[in-house]
Amino acid sequence: MAIDLPFIWAGLIAFAVLAYVILDGFDLGVGILFPLAKKEHDRDVMMNSVAPVWDGNETWLVLGGGGLLAVFPLAYALIMPALYAPLIAMLLALVLRGVAFEFRWRTKRGQFLWDWAFSGGSLVATFAQGMALGALVQGIPVVNRTYAGGWWDWVSPFTLLTGVALVMGYALLGATWLVMKTEGELQETSRKQAWVTGVATIALIGAVSLWTPFLEPLYFARWFAWPAMLFSAIVPLLVLVCIYGLYTGLRDKSDYRPFFSSLGLFVLCFVGLGISFYPYIVPPSLSIWDAAAPDKSLGFLLVGALILIPLILAYTAYSYWVFRGKVDPHEGYH
Amino acid sequence: MLFDFDALTLARMQFAFTMSFHIIFPAFSIGLASYLAVLEGLWLWKSEQVYRDLFNYWKKIFAVAFGMGVVSGIVMSYQFGTNWSVFSDKAGPVIGPLMGYEVLSAFFLEAGFLGVMLFGEKRVGPGLHYFATLMVAVGTLISATWILSVNSWMQTPAGFSINAAGQFVPEDWWAVIFNPSFPYRFVHMVLAAYLTTAFVVSGIGAWHLLKDTTSRGARVMFSMAMWMAALVAPIQIFAGDLHGLNTLEYQPAKVAAMEGHYDTHAGAPLILFGIPDDEAEVTRYQLAIPKLGSLILTHHADGEVKGLKAFLKEQRPPAEIVFWSFRLMVGIGFLMLGIGLWSLLRRLQKNKLYEDRWLHRAALLMGPSGFVAVLAGWVTTEVGRQPYTVYGLLTTAQSASPIAAPAVATSLVAFIIVYFFVFGAGVFYILRLCGKSPDHVPPEIEHGPSHAAGINPGPALKAGG
Repeated sequence: MAIDLPFIWAGLIAFAVLAYVILDGFDLGVGILFPLAKKEHDRDVMMNSVAPVWDGNETWLVLGGGGLLAVFPLAYALIMPALYAPLIAMLLALVLRGVAFEFRWRTKRGQFLWDWAFSGGSLVATFAQGMALGALVQGIPVVNRTYAGGWWDWVSPFTLLTGVALVMGYALLGATWLVMKTEGELQETSRKQAWVTGVATIALIGAVSLWTPFLEPLYFARWFAWPAMLFSAIVPLLVLVCIYGLYTGLRDKSDYRPFFSSLGLFVLCFVGLGISFYPYIVPPSLSIWDAAAPDKSLGFLLVGALILIPLILAYTAYSYWVFRGKVDPHEGYH
Repeated sequence: MLFDFDALTLARMQFAFTMSFHIIFPAFSIGLASYLAVLEGLWLWKSEQVYRDLFNYWKKIFAVAFGMGVVSGIVMSYQFGTNWSVFSDKAGPVIGPLMGYEVLSAFFLEAGFLGVMLFGEKRVGPGLHYFATLMVAVGTLISATWILSVNSWMQTPAGFSINAAGQFVPEDWWAVIFNPSFPYRFVHMVLAAYLTTAFVVSGIGAWHLLKDTTSRGARVMFSMAMWMAALVAPIQIFAGDLHGLNTLEYQPAKVAAMEGHYDTHAGAPLILFGIPDDEAEVTRYQLAIPKLGSLILTHHADGEVKGLKAFLKEQRPPAEIVFWSFRLMVGIGFLMLGIGLWSLLRRLQKNKLYEDRWLHRAALLMGPSGFVAVLAGWVTTEVGRQPYTVYGLLTTAQSASPIAAPAVATSLVAFIIVYFFVFGAGVFYILRLCGKSPDHVPPEIEHGPSHAAGINPGPALKAGG
């Protein structure tokens, strides 16, 4: 068979994870910034800006997990136990913040509890995701189709750094999302937060990017070997373009440019990660072909994915379109 | 105490715990989504305010229940890998794509249109809004289709081969999806979801009728739910019987455990009650009807029914659990039928359906019965297929992740704390919503963003003008 199904699927899974990161990224970011809003009215608006879409956003996480099980079952079977603690923490945190969307409207007395669940859950879920990502980049040792590392491998200076970086990055997405979706004082506050989180995010991206090539000789070769360097150098150049867009967008008080520039930053970081990883799915030893399910599984699901993913994107776009524009503080069914 | 168990037992406890919490919400939201679609359809068709009131009433309850279903479902999609990694590696090529289809064809559909259904009424027209409600309802049913196909394949695997790495590899997708137990399990579960919802709705309706027999909303919901009970309960009992016969064909050890038979009989009795003892291989204190067991299972008074002793001891499910969970489920099923028949009798007399306080009390008591029956049914089928995850081929012990007991115990404790806190609060809020009158329901809740208008006089003036 001429078609390289594992390759196509690696692309689709990467797309699902990217869609998750940028979509749930801003709504987790809104949760991270939530405690900084002092006025109850501002909190209501922040919550309502993501309430209609968060559920769809998290579905991409289910697709990432379920898709991995379907097409790279061995990778799924290795990554989940290796990242056991951060993943369980992430799941529990997502439970707490997810129910808060409904629960906080159901009680006056207990509202502060669900506000904490929302912001605390968002923060812990993000930090856990960042650490899990860092641990995957660090590499997962495998012997005989089984995870062969220690149970605390996911804690290291590098994973702590990636955890903090993701928290800052999602906070930036959340702040720029609020700049786009809100007005008046809340928008002003969000713009200030975007400045701070923007500078911090860029600094942390820089630190992670400089550290990563030294973790694995493979990564180093990918980025600094001649002539591959010519190609991989495009990514840092585009990062500079996004930084410029973010800077001018915030300076000119643009509604849209800061958010889309920040999304651009995330996409580029993700592409950079892909450049380091390829063709491994569980670095440093398991390639996408080692981990792939048989072609019969990949082909069967691919037919559905090719039909359904465009449909999903269409009605997701429709649902964003329905809720376009600034959040009306008086809307919501509550 | 938890820390004394081995890793396998803890992993099983964790799966049973998170799964049991999870199944409650889909069992409710599958039925409720369809009910909402019916209510909105009736409102669009007849323009009677009561349907709109009921739609808005149940919509808010649906939102809370659905949210809990979503978050507990995300946990499930990762539990396979965290705690059952060997199973995931081996069965992933077969069940993974089915779950992939569930996400692609159902979860996104539900999530995409749920926002429009809950928040978008003023932003889209009534036609589009109804379309969104329908898509949410259809999504829940598509989801049930795929996940029950997965579960059924694990119970009655078909259409696969095994490769060199020991993985199950799909050979014939049609045979995988429509494996022998799937149609029975699917019908049985969807009907169970509808019955569960019908009894929740009738319980709430009965509660309001007990307080005020003239409540229009309570009358309509109680009557609708009682029609469901009267029509669906007998169908469900019939479907359950067919499902049982299918199980007898493919998983005779499970049926033996359900029936409490250790010895193989020709002309087996139906044991109504007794205490199975797996050690001594005997069901004590039997209250049994001669020959009826064979008559039900084989449709012959002298048909042979296999007992547990026909299977190796390490391949038997624990009858002590399965025997009782099965009776609990069946007992509730017949009680549901009884309530349905009672309501039919009362319909013959004018308005009696709304005035029979004993019927209302019984319906109120039966409000949560569907959840108990669903859980008991799943315990029966899941414990009954032990010691296997993929029936006859992969044991539960072989399926677990290489995670040490303390890690599993810690995460189990964390799950227990968070779930009881979160879902306890959720059930409390749902009950509080249920306590409100179903008449003249505002589409918005009193205590929402709108109250902020009081704090900011500017927008309040704008809204007022």
